[in-house]
Parts: sequence; structure tokens; C-alpha cells
Amino acid sequence: MKKTVFVGALTAATFGAGMVHAQTTLETIQNRGELICGSNTGQAGFGAPDSNGVWQGFDVGFCRALGAAVLNDPNAVTFVPLTSQTRFSALASGEVDVLARNTTWTFVRDVDLNLTFVGTNYYDGQGFMVTRELGVSSALELDGATVCIETGTTTELNLADYFRVNNMSYEPVPVDTAAEAQQQYLAGACDVYTTDVSALASSRAAFAEPGDHAILPEVISKEPLGPVVRHGDDQWADIVQWTLFALIAAEELGVTSANMEELKAGGNNPEINRLLGVEGGFGEMLGLDNDWAARAIAAVGNYGELFSSTIGDQTPIGLARGLNAQWTQGGLLYAPPFR
Amino acid sequence: MSSTTDPRAAESAPPKRAFHPSMLLYDQRYRSITIQIFALFLLMLGAAWLIDNVINNLRLLGRTFSFNFLSQSAGYDINQRPIEYNSQMTHGRAALVGFLNTVILAVMGCALATILGVLAGVLRLSKNWIVSRLVTVYVEVFRNIPTLIWILIFGAVMAESMPAPSAFRGDDPASSMIFDAIAITNRGVYVPAILFTTELGVLPLGPVSPSLNWVLVLAVLVAGIFANKVLIDHATRVQNATGIRPKTWWKSLLVLFGPVILIFLALGAHLEYPELRGFNFVGGTHLRNSLLAMWLGLGIYTGAFIAEIVRGGILAISKGQTEAAFALGLQPGKTMRLVILPQALRVIIPPLISQYLNLTKNTSLGLAVGYMDLRSTLGGITINQTGRELEGMLLLMAVYLAISLTISGLMNVYNSRVKLKER
Amino acid sequence: MSDTHAQTVAYVRNEMLPPADPPLRESGAVKWLRENLFSGALNTALTLAALAIIWYALAAIGPWLLNSVWSAGSLAECRAILDGTSGACFSVITDRWHQLLFGFYPPQHYWRPVLTLALLFAALAPVLFPALPRKMMIFSATYPFLAYHLLWGGSVWLPVSAALGFVAGYLAYVILARVSTLVAVFAAILAPVFWWLFAAGPFDQALSSVMPFGLEFVRSDRFGGFLISLIIGISGISLSLPIGIVLALGRQSDMVFIKSVCVIVIEFIRGVPLITLLFTASLLLNYFLPPGTTFDLILRVIIMVTLFASAYMAEVIRGGLAALPKGQYEAADALGLNYWKAQRLIIMPQALKISIPGIVNTFIGLFKDTTLVVFIGLLDPIGLSNAIRADTNWNGIYWELFIFIAALFFIFCFGMSRYSMYLERKLKTDHK
Repeated sequence: MKKTVFVGALTAATFGAGMVHAQTTLETIQNRGELICGSNTGQAGFGAPDSNGVWQGFDVGFCRALGAAVLNDPNAVTFVPLTSQTRFSALASGEVDVLARNTTWTFVRDVDLNLTFVGTNYYDGQGFMVTRELGVSSALELDGATVCIETGTTTELNLADYFRVNNMSYEPVPVDTAAEAQQQYLAGACDVYTTDVSALASSRAAFAEPGDHAILPEVISKEPLGPVVRHGDDQWADIVQWTLFALIAAEELGVTSANMEELKAGGNNPEINRLLGVEGGFGEMLGLDNDWAARAIAAVGNYGELFSSTIGDQTPIGLARGLNAQWTQGGLLYAPPFR
Repeated sequence: MSSTTDPRAAESAPPKRAFHPSMLLYDQRYRSITIQIFALFLLMLGAAWLIDNVINNLRLLGRTFSFNFLSQSAGYDINQRPIEYNSQMTHGRAALVGFLNTVILAVMGCALATILGVLAGVLRLSKNWIVSRLVTVYVEVFRNIPTLIWILIFGAVMAESMPAPSAFRGDDPASSMIFDAIAITNRGVYVPAILFTTELGVLPLGPVSPSLNWVLVLAVLVAGIFANKVLIDHATRVQNATGIRPKTWWKSLLVLFGPVILIFLALGAHLEYPELRGFNFVGGTHLRNSLLAMWLGLGIYTGAFIAEIVRGGILAISKGQTEAAFALGLQPGKTMRLVILPQALRVIIPPLISQYLNLTKNTSLGLAVGYMDLRSTLGGITINQTGRELEGMLLLMAVYLAISLTISGLMNVYNSRVKLKER
Repeated sequence: MSDTHAQTVAYVRNEMLPPADPPLRESGAVKWLRENLFSGALNTALTLAALAIIWYALAAIGPWLLNSVWSAGSLAECRAILDGTSGACFSVITDRWHQLLFGFYPPQHYWRPVLTLALLFAALAPVLFPALPRKMMIFSATYPFLAYHLLWGGSVWLPVSAALGFVAGYLAYVILARVSTLVAVFAAILAPVFWWLFAAGPFDQALSSVMPFGLEFVRSDRFGGFLISLIIGISGISLSLPIGIVLALGRQSDMVFIKSVCVIVIEFIRGVPLITLLFTASLLLNYFLPPGTTFDLILRVIIMVTLFASAYMAEVIRGGLAALPKGQYEAADALGLNYWKAQRLIIMPQALKISIPGIVNTFIGLFKDTTLVVFIGLLDPIGLSNAIRADTNWNGIYWELFIFIAALFFIFCFGMSRYSMYLERKLKTDHK
């Protein structure tokens, strides 16, 4: 009996006996006054708590933009750390509203697992890092090597395919977390560390002697990483999708957190006006108010600002824009028009 | 309730009294049936509710309940493969590999834990001050820190403190192999493997196909043990009849090892030594870091518990037994072997079983150091890649339950055999 | 007397010699060494081996520990200070100790978990020390609600209205007990249920709007570190005790169906690893609950851990029941006590007393097992150590974190096990 009351009390206190499906995700979030965002358990640059327990990073920034758009408060976001194993169930069960946790968009996940990938916020690819001492310059010279790999991710499957296709053998050393993988790699327990190139770069940046390590030129897979929502709530999917597009479009249109107010007051670029809610009434179509995108941009800046403040070359992570540059700059970022 | 009579009157009422509904509650003969039917009803209601929820949820998620994923291609590699496996084989096959890895680890762990535990348990009672203190420190330190931390620590020790294979390279290597046969590296320990020149083929047993050579060796070994038992029984009979025990040790040695050695010679057994080639050592048997970390972590941790059990078992035997044995003129060693241990064993075995069970269940922590056991393959990567949490988890639980029940069943049989037979 | 003898027999010494010192090898440190360390070849070898082990351990760890850095801001700074020498970098602990202990609990509220832990001892005192006045049990009974409020905060009326459910049940029992025990028992079960389902919510809301007292609300996801291990461990063990008693009694029952259900439940839970139950909590629970129901992960973990501990608790209590002499049961029957009265007044008090060391051991085991929650993404100390290493400042640090975490667990578990041994000695009343 003691248990019952505890259950009752705690349930009521934390989430209420919430019947999520009775209302839309947007209503649930607005009633709750809080956006719950599934994040990494800790990956430098993309999502990790700092010493004050405040989550920081690129994926975290996207959630904050979403929080600003939906709830008018970038800090009304709760981050639930999820492992690669628990992430999809947490989303499916409604434990989190959106998953922003470098998750690769794949067919099976999109179709069979009933998830909705709303876009790509980081174009990545799987690569290899080796110590320079090893004298390897191409992944094709890795026959017989010991490879550290994070288990439960798509990288594991890509790796198996790559070595099989190229008729090479390898010895996988599966590890649970990125921190563990780096530890093993640095200790020399594996010759090669493979994961997304962005994560390789962020790991290398944190090493004592980054110059001793080389990232091999081969990129063996496409890893479009992006936010994910549940299947079946199109309104919420639209909001998440267009918040992402708003950040990307803002960079393309030259809207930054600094000049936004100015542009909002008196701009004559119709697309900027529509983006910032001066005309068009797009926010209301989404079920929000017209300032939604302006708030998102004010909270974390446009895509470029978010990138450079969390993972860009000014940060210890030091990633170049590469594929993640605007399409006008030779990258892949291409937001549909706000029209 | 108004129709109820005084309960005690109902109990003592003559049986011929006509049945009355209130007797279902107040008559001891019927009450337990009422309660049980009520409980059954509640249970079925609960089960129906759960199943209904599952069906509803699956429908909402647009999924079916099916184990078909087990026959799909797995797509991932497993480093430790007791049976043939590659990434093109099915998820079911991967789960089988994981299961075998779990069993290997559990058997190795139990063996190490037993040896360590018995040693430490006896040594903790030693009169040697420094030894007993040291063993006490071992027992307390290992017992009071979670096994997961130990596994992680051993994993770190293996990876951080051992030399990399590259240290063995060059004309003046920083490290060298022990006896030119064993290489301890930060990727695991490489030991020589036994190979045969004559291969007899494999024994096709469905999914598992063990090498006939090893099956033969094992069969001969079991036969040898059996023959040895016959020999010893015979010696005991002779001793009972004549009072003189015939010397059997050389016969035992011959029966136990002779045939095995002969088989090895006949099949052309030889050792294959590991050697450094390319990135890694090649050849020999590779005991991976993950296996060693799990083995040492679980074995030493559980050993500390077994030490306490053994110590308790020995202390539980009253001092009179030792004194009686001394009075009979038995030497201390024989006293331990013939008088104390057989009795202590009865106290030791039941808690020992639960330690074995704990160890086996703790093998499921393998993922922490990347050991590909059942939980990392079926319960980890497979579930993750296919999204079949419900089916995968149920299967995983069923397998663990089967393993646990088998162990406790076997050990209970053994326990009832060594139990004190009171007449 | 001595005089006469001295005169009569000249060659007999007439006074005692002063006792000679024992030979050097039979006294003092030498004797102790000889008897304890070098009494034979085997013993000498063991001693030397033990000394060698101690020496190697000290030589490997000692300098590293002694040369530790406590005040750097990052691992890179540590490396700069150490300047190539080997040494520990405990600065990570000084930088992040609060996270390892409290997770992300708001720092200005750290007093709340600390006070909760302190009050826990006060609540346990009357249970552990029978000499204390029985009135203190009232505090023990209110402690769970108090602890909930202290840790989570929010409106004070929520735990109050929850607690009132028990009061309602008790009152219903007392009032109706005169009519019929059976009716009273039913009422005692139904009254709280009705209270919680229908009255508790409005009561809470009404009082909260009139008198909004209460501490600041702290969400579950702020919990972490050692705090989360303690919460899961302590609530798991205290909630599992009643369930364990019921399961143990059920397993001893004469009713075949009840007995087999209890056996199946106990054996099933003991037969699967805790980690599969935790995965059930994190991955599968949404399959088994009505669509769309979701609640706090910590709570789900507590439920699963409680189930897990109940099975072990049931076996511990079954051991206590089995250890009770049969005469106690027969005496209770002879007094004409019915089943429940016999259990309540005669059997359980004794059986529980016998089981206390087992219960403490189960708790230690459970407490250590809380580290497994790291696999489902809760940030317990091990989970936090991963998160800390994901920070660019501390990327690559390892031993220092594990030493700290291991020391925390060791202090706690070692203390508990000593206490359990003390209890075992104290409770040895020897019925024989």
C-alpha cells in the first residue's frame, strides 16, 4: 500500500497521469510549459552537461531554439540523456517530445521503427582515425587491424560492410560510449577508431597531442544526422522541421541574432519578413504565434552562429563547415523557401 | 451479512448442515478455495489487462509480434566467435554466438571464483597474521564495491597498463613474450593454441558443429575419469576386505592421462604459437581484453563472497570434530580433507549455488567493456538494429531464466547427494 | 620455615631464583613474528609472498597518489603542472564532486538531500534500537512523505493528502472492527483507494490554492550521482520489505494456487538479471501500460528495483520463518490465535528479527546494483563519470573518478556490513 501512494504521489507530481494521445504533442508541451528533449549521455560539442549541470552543444542548441519557438523560453527545455539503445523507445513512449541526438536517418528507422526524421542538421560520414606513427594513409591498408567502434550504432553495420566488400579482415573492439572508445584508442588497445568524422574531430581536439593522430581520407558512409519525432503527429513534425529550416534560412538570408531586431523593424526583403513573422502569418499556420522563428533565432542565433559557437573552428572541437555549408557556399544546407 | 451466524458456531456445526453461501467465507473448508478462486480471477484479470495493452500498443505503433527478425541478416560482426559466424548470418545465429559467450564466461568465472574463494576462505583463517589481514582486505574491498566498477577497473588496467603489440616490434623491443609463447598485450593475452595435423571433421549438431577431434579427446577424458573411479572403488573394497589399501596412484595417472596423450599423439597435436604480424599478433588463442576484464572482475568479486561462505562453513563445524579427528591420530591435512570439509560442504553448497547464479546473471554486464555476450548481441545490437524490443527482451529473459533454472537444478541434485543422510 | 631448612640441608637453595627472561626467540616481537609469520616453511613463503604483493601495490600506486594535483581546472592544466611526471589529477573531483554526489540538484538546495539522509537515521532509530520510546515510530511512519517532500519539493499538501489515505484506512478499520473484522479489512483497503482516486486530488488542490506552502519543486531529471543511487536503493529496500513478507508467507501457504504463484514470481525474478528488468522499465513498460501512459523514469526504475528486491527479501524472510522453532507455531495455535494474529504477534516479530542481517545484506547488494542504471541512461555516479569525461576539460581522465566512486561505495557498504555483523552478534539470543 505504501507503494501505491508513492506511485500516485510521484506520478501526479512529475507528469500527472498524462494521457499523451488525448492531445497533440504541441498541446502537451504547452500545458506542461516545458519541452522534453532526448539528448546524448554526453558528447563533447554536441550535447553534454557542463560543471553547472547546464546542457551545452550543437544538438542542445537546436532544442533550445525549439523551446524558444514553442514556449517563448529557450531554458524551458529539459534534457533527458538517452543511450543509443534507449533513444527510440523513449521517443515512441512519449517520454521525450523530440530526439536531437546525432541520430542517423536510415530507411529502417524511418519506415519500420515508425519514426519521422524531419531533416538533417548535420551531414556527417563515417571515417577512421589512426595514429600517425602507424604510417597508414588509406583505409584500404587496414587489413587485420583492431578497430574501436561504438556499439549499437549504424557505424557498426557500415564497418562490417566496408571490410567485407574490400575483402579485409578486422578485429572489432565494441565499446559502449564515446569516452570509452577514446580511452581504448589512446591506450593503443585498438589501431583504428571509427565513428562519424565530426565525432572523430571532436575527440582529436581533446587529445593531449592532436597532431599525432590522422583522420584517413575515406568516408565510408553517409550519416545525415537530424532531429526525430514520433510518427503520426504531423503538426509537431512540421514545427520541428520548420524550426530547423528557419535556422538554416536565417543564415542564408543573413539574419543573425544581432541584426534580427533591426531587420524585423524595417526590412523590405519579403522572405525575411515572412521568416520573422512581419508578414505572411506563417507562425499561426503552425499553431504558434508569428514571432516563433524570430525567437528561435534570437535564442541561439542562426545555423551558422550555432555551429561556430558549439563545434566550429573557434571552439576546441574545431570542425570545418564542409558539407554543412550553405548550398550557396558549396555545401548541402538548403532550406525550402518561406513562402 | 445479516445471515451470518457466529463464525465459531459455523466451524463446529455438524457437516450435515445444508450448504449456505456464507460458508464460502467463514467455513475453513471452503474459505481457502474461495480465496484461491478470487486470486485466480484477479490474476487473470491482470494478465488480460496487460495483454490487451500490449495488443493495443502494438497496433498503435503499427507493429506485429513476431520473431521473424531472428532469421534476418544481422549485419554486424562479433569478435569472439566460438562457432562460425560472419556479418551475413542471421540475428538468431548472432544470438547463439552471444549465448555461447555467456556460457563460456560463466563457466570460467565460476571456476576462478571457486578457486579464489576456497583459497581466500581458508587463508583468512590462517594463523599467519599478515596473510589473514591481506585476505581480509581483499574480501572487504571487493565485496563492498559494485561489480560493475570492478569490471570497468579491470578493463582499464588491461587496456592502460599492458604494452601495445607495437612494443614487441623491432630489434630491441620494449616488451617480449613470456617463454616466446605467451604475449600479454593491451589487446588481450595471446597463448599458444593446440592444433591437430589429422582433422577428423566435424560433428554436425544442428547449428553447432564441434570438431570431432576435440569431441574424441573429451570422450576419452570422461572415460578415463570413469575408469579411475572404478579403480578407486575397487581399492576401497580391497581395503575394506583386507585392511590394506593397494597403491593406485600410478594406475590412476595412467588411466587418466595415458589415453589422452595417446590420442593427442595419434592425431598429431602440436602447438601453434602467436606471432606478431601486421597490426596484431596472429595465431594462437586470443583471450580478449573484454573477456579477461569480465572474467577477472566477476571471478575476483564473486570469489570474495565465496571466501566468506567457505570461512563461515568451516567455522560452523564444531571444534569437537577437529579434536576427535586429532584424537584418532589423523594428520591436520587429512582432518581437513576427510572430516571438516565434507561436513562444511553441506553448509557451503546452498549459498554457493546462489553465488554461481549471481555470477551468471552478472555476465550480462558484458557491454560495459564490450564483451559480446547474449545481452550485448541479442539484447543490445539486435534489438537496436531491428527495433524489436518486446520480442528480444522476452527471449532474453527466457534464456536467462532457463540458464538459472538449469544451474540451480543441477546444483540442487548435487546438494541432495552430499546432504546428511539421517537414519 | 626457610630458616630451619637452611640449617638442615645445606645443598638445597633456600630462596627462589628470580624468574629468568624467556629466551629472546620466545618473547616480544620476535616470538610474535615467529609464531604468526614464520612458523614453518609454507607460512614463511606465504608471508614473503604477502609482503611482496603489498610492496608491489604500494610501489605502483603510492608515488602516483602522493604526486597528485588538486587544483587544476582541466586535464591539460594538470598535465602542465605534473610536467611529465606520473601523478593523479584529483582536480576533477574538486571540480565536479558536487555533481558526483548530487547530480544536477540545484546547489542552493543541497541541504535538502543532506537533511533527508540525516532524518533517515532518526527514522530508522526506533526500528533498530528497541530501547527507544515507541512513540518515535510515528516519525518513522511519516518519514517517507517527509523525505518525498524534502527531495522533490512542490506543494506540501500533496504528500499530506497522500498520507491521509492511510489515516482514512486506519480510521475505517477502527470504526468498523466492532461490526465485523472482515468488513473492517475490506474498508481499510477500499477507503484509502477511494481517497486517493477521488478525494486526494481536489483536497490537495484546494489546500494548495488556499495555503501555498512548500519547498521549491525539483524535477526528477535534476537527480543524479550518489543521490540517485541512495534514493533507488533506500526506497527499493523499504518498499520491498512488505511485498517480500507477503511473498514469503504466500510461499509457505497451504493454498496450492497462491503458493505456486508466489514460487513462480520469486523464481522468475531471481532467475533473470536485474539489467533485463531495468530494460523492461525503460524499453518495455510502455507496451504493458495503456497507450500514452508515461511516467518518470526514476519511478519506473524504483518499481522494478522494488520487484527485484522483493524476491530476494522473500527468500531472506522465508529463511527467518524456517529458522523459527516449530514450537512457536504450535504455541500460537494452542493459544487459539488465528492465522493473522499469530503472524502479527508471534511469528513475524521473531522471524524478522532473525532476518535483519539478511535484510541488511540484501540492501547492500541492492545498493551496489543501483550502478546498473547507467545502462538505461540515468546519470548515477558511473553515468556521470562518462558525462564528465565527455567534457573537453576532462576528456581522458579515468582512474581518479573511479577511485572516488569506489571509495564512496566502499565507505557506505563497509559501514553497513559492519553494522550488520554487530546486529548479528547482538541479536543472538540463543533459543536453544
